[in-house]
Amino acid sequence: MMFVPGNNPGMMADAHIYGPDSIMLDLEDSVTMAEKDAARLLVHNALKSIDYGDTEMVVRINPLSTPYGKKDVEAVVKAGVDVIRMPKTETADEVRELEAEILKVEQEIGREGETLIMAAIESALGVVNAYAIATASRRMMGIALGAEDYSANLKTNRTPGGAELLLAREQIVVAARAAGIACFDTVYSNLDDMETFRKEVELIKTLGFDGKSIINPRQIEVVNSVFTPTEKEITKARAVVAAIKEAQAKGSGVIAVNGKMVDRPVVIRAERTIALAVASGVLKEEEVL
Amino acid sequence: MKNSIAGTLESGDIMITIGPGEGLQVELQSTVAAQFGRQIKAVIVETLEGLGIQDATVQAVDKGALDCTIRARVTAAAVRATGKDVWKD
Repeated sequence: MMFVPGNNPGMMADAHIYGPDSIMLDLEDSVTMAEKDAARLLVHNALKSIDYGDTEMVVRINPLSTPYGKKDVEAVVKAGVDVIRMPKTETADEVRELEAEILKVEQEIGREGETLIMAAIESALGVVNAYAIATASRRMMGIALGAEDYSANLKTNRTPGGAELLLAREQIVVAARAAGIACFDTVYSNLDDMETFRKEVELIKTLGFDGKSIINPRQIEVVNSVFTPTEKEITKARAVVAAIKEAQAKGSGVIAVNGKMVDRPVVIRAERTIALAVASGVLKEEEVL
Repeated sequence: MKNSIAGTLESGDIMITIGPGEGLQVELQSTVAAQFGRQIKAVIVETLEGLGIQDATVQAVDKGALDCTIRARVTAAAVRATGKDVWKD
């Protein structure tokens, strides 16, 4: 998910060319108060006119508690945005309040139920309430960590190893998995240190995250290379899935691949590897058994 | 209507200055004026008419903006000039 400032038309026009899975046009922190009105109009018109292809389009709105939030919702829902990212989410009630605002606009334009919500969790209270937030609405498609505000709220600083974020990251992954939605990690803003960035992406993949937020097209390749399964992993996953299908056809519950017993968690991991391989473009849909 | 500005001089943007006038008068500076000048002016006029504005003077400095950017910047300048927002309060 690539962050793009909502008041920069040049960047907004080109962002999809670099091939991110999703683009988040930002109306919040990257836009000054004096330009909130102009950015809202830019984002509205860009969503309506620019062909972003298959790229999932997300807009980060201003909180509903500010004078900008409700107008942001109206502007982006009317432009047909895929997902609204809600900043600084702390409670399930805030999600339900946003849901009601979205529904009001959708009913006006006859597009009911189509706009999804992603909640950014950026405070200790948000982390404590992560599961309640993740299950607050049927529109919830994911939760994401916002680490800058979170570490400030914890009264600490961000470090290269990310020790200060460990509990929040794990809590967010666990809450998302329990709720059956996606989870996304925070941005890494030092573009000159790609090695630490890669380590961070490897860490969050190990923790179970579905993806990483990025601030520059240069970071896309690193995220894709970490998340794309290797050929060996794909071969193994396909063997597992093939064996389980064969066993199911024979009515047998237990199978072995290369002499090792394969149980349900192994099959689930194999299916996820194949899904990631297809999503990364290294395996074609028709090659999946 | 008061004088108002929206947009920047960055690449891909357009800066719109709008003020009182009689009829719609549009003055355009653009590096691509020869090829797209007529179209840029048409988008500006169409956007103002869509907002119900019949009288205004517009100065536009274009840096290769897409039509959607032109519409957004003209609307932002017009909203700032008239105080009438396009969104509900």
